[in-house]
Amino acid sequence: MKGWFRLKKVVSREEALSHIKEGQTIMIGGFLAVGTPETLVDGIIEKRIGNLTVINNDTAFVDKGTGKLVVNRLIKKFIGSHIGTNPETGKQMHAGELEVELIPQGTLAERIRSAGVGFGGFLTPTGLGTVVEKGKQKIEINGKTYLLELPLRADVALLKAAKADESGNLIYYRAARNFNPLMAMAADLVIVEADEIVPKGSLDPDEIVTPGIFVDMIVKG
Amino acid sequence: MTAPRELIVKRVARFLKDGDVVNLGIGMPTLVANYVPEDVHIVLHSENGFLGLGPNPKPGEEDPQVINAGGQLVTILPGGCCFDSAMSFGIIRGGHVNVSVLGALEVDEEGNLANWMVPGKLVPGMGGAMDLVAGAKTVIVAMEHTTKNGEPKILKKCRLPLTAAKEVNIIVTELGVMEVTPEGLVLKELAPGVTVDEIQSKTEAKLIIPEVIGSME
Repeated sequence: MKGWFRLKKVVSREEALSHIKEGQTIMIGGFLAVGTPETLVDGIIEKRIGNLTVINNDTAFVDKGTGKLVVNRLIKKFIGSHIGTNPETGKQMHAGELEVELIPQGTLAERIRSAGVGFGGFLTPTGLGTVVEKGKQKIEINGKTYLLELPLRADVALLKAAKADESGNLIYYRAARNFNPLMAMAADLVIVEADEIVPKGSLDPDEIVTPGIFVDMIVKG
Repeated sequence: MTAPRELIVKRVARFLKDGDVVNLGIGMPTLVANYVPEDVHIVLHSENGFLGLGPNPKPGEEDPQVINAGGQLVTILPGGCCFDSAMSFGIIRGGHVNVSVLGALEVDEEGNLANWMVPGKLVPGMGGAMDLVAGAKTVIVAMEHTTKNGEPKILKKCRLPLTAAKEVNIIVTELGVMEVTPEGLVLKELAPGVTVDEIQSKTEAKLIIPEVIGSME
C-alpha cells in the first residue's frame, strides 16, 4: 500500500477520509489548535467517524481543533496533557462519558517520538513523586531515579504543514510545528493537510523538517 | 504603595541574570517579562515550540500561528527559532532552561509544588508544568501569599496532588521572599511594612529567620 501512495501521494480529502475508521486510535497535531488540520477534523465530523481514541496535546476549544470532536462526541478516550481550555471535555469526563488520560507534555512528546524512532521506551525524571509514577517502573542510573515511559503509537496521524512537496516532504510555520513532526513517525497511516502543495524539487532539502518517506497522503488545506 | 502582583513580578524579574533562558508560566508569571532590567538580556522559551518569545503584537500585526502556551497572541523576536515539542521539552528536561517561573495552589517547606489539579473540582491537566519544574535549573514560585479566603498556601506538606517533588528553589509573594533549603524555608526578604510576625501568621510552614533579612524593594 505504501508503495502505491509513494507514486501519487496527493489525494482528495474524500479519498483520505475514507481510510479513517470507527474505533481507531488517531494522533492529531496541534497545540491549542495551532497546527491542527482543521479540514480533516471537520471531515471526521461530517462522516460521523466515532468511538475514537484521540492523541493530541490538548482538546483546544469547543469550536476549534480536537475540541470539535469532543463536542460532537466522537471520542471514547482522549490522551493528552491538557483539557482546561475546553469545558466540554471536563464535563464529559466527570459524567463518565469520556475517558481522559493525562500525560506530562514532554513525556507525551517523547513517547510519540520513541514509537517513531524505534526506542522501547525512555527514562525521565518528570512525574517522580507525583500521581504520574503510579504503576511505572523506577530505574536508578548513576544515583538518580527515573521513570520508565513507553512508546505511544497510533493507527492514523493527521498532521498540518505549511508546505508539502509532492513527495511528502514537509515544512511547518511558526508555532504550528509542535507535535506534527513526531506524529509523522509514529502512525501506520500518515495524512497531511498542507496549506500549499508544491512540485518535487521546489523545497530546499536543507529546509525540510519532515522527510517525505513518513507521509502517505497529502490533502490541500 | 505598589500593587501586590506588581511587587511580586518586579522582584522575580531581579532574579534573572544576563543570558538566562527563562520560561514564564501562564498568568502572573507572564508579567515578569515587563520588569526585566534593561541591562539584562534573557531569552524567553515558549513550551509550544520556540525561543525568542516577544511581546504581544501591535494591532494589525497579529499572527494566529504565533501564540504562547496560554494561547495568547505573541511575537517571535529577531534571532528567535521554532522547533517541535520533543526539542522544546528536551530543552526543558535537559537543564537548558535556567529559570522557570510558575504560580502555585500550594507549595511546602520541602519544595514540593502543587499547581495542576484539585481532585473532583478542577482537572485541567499538567500541560508542561511537570517537565518544567523537574527540568529547569531554578524554579521560582510567584504567587499571592494566601488564598482568596486568607488561608495559607505555603504549607508544612502539600495536600493537593503534586506537580513535582522537592524541586522549588524560591518562593516570591507580596509579603516576602523565601528560599527552600534542606533545613526548611528561610525568610530572605520582607516586603516594605511587613513584619516577621505577620508573614509567619499567614504561613503554615515554620519560617527560619536569619539574623539579617533583606528588603524586597
